Amino acid sequence: MSDRQYELVYILPPDTTEQQVAELHEQIEGVVSRLHGHIAKTENWGRKRLAYEIGHHKEGVYVLDVINGTGDLMKELDRRLRVMDMVIRHMIVRVDEEKKVVERTRTKRQSESERRRVKRGLPPTRQPGEGRSMETEDADDDRFDGVEV
Amino acid sequence: MAFGQGRSGGGGRGRDKDKKAGDKEKGQRRTLFRRRKVCKFCADKIDDINYKDVKLIGPFVPERGKILPRRISGTCAKHQRKLQTAIKRARQIALIPYVTD
Repeated sequence: MSDRQYELVYILPPDTTEQQVAELHEQIEGVVSRLHGHIAKTENWGRKRLAYEIGHHKEGVYVLDVINGTGDLMKELDRRLRVMDMVIRHMIVRVDEEKKVVERTRTKRQSESERRRVKRGLPPTRQPGEGRSMETEDADDDRFDGVEV
Repeated sequence: MAFGQGRSGGGGRGRDKDKKAGDKEKGQRRTLFRRRKVCKFCADKIDDINYKDVKLIGPFVPERGKILPRRISGTCAKHQRKLQTAIKRARQIALIPYVTD
């Protein structure tokens, strides 16, 4: 079976040093490679304010890893992250199928519009200066005005 | 709303007419100025409602922290479902609050 793609987001305490972040990343990489996966992308979002307190922390260092691997790998990773004291919160989300769907709708929309444009005798892609300009879009969107929930 | 009633009601035409004339300023303006709600994601052609994109989903989470209902935001069912999962995921990693009092 082909590999699945997952996104792992974890939050570290705000006082974590760069070195500690790197160390943890190495540990994760170790687990991933041991179970025949690989990390496709890593993003460090840096320190962010948490929307709510997690264990007396008001801020946290966010790190995102995009991992290709099997379900067993993610299970093991999840277990390990749960045990680590340094990680105050983590979340694993499977993304490959959603990505595929998004890709499909996007290409479908594009080909549809091209087909229609050709039918109307226009070049398949929109020319600069064609159609409504973006300025007409109203900036003061009052859709949510006076909303009470 | 007086204006809507006037249009749908079959009987009592004369009375409705009078009413309409009286409420013209108030009633008509309301109907004229209420814009038709459209799904933001359909209109802007946003396929991917991602939990990481707080800017995108932020307006659908009012101050209290609840998810804005469809009848108010005008989001279509398909996108509201996606929005819902995105908001719930964003809550898990503290990008969006569960509750705020």
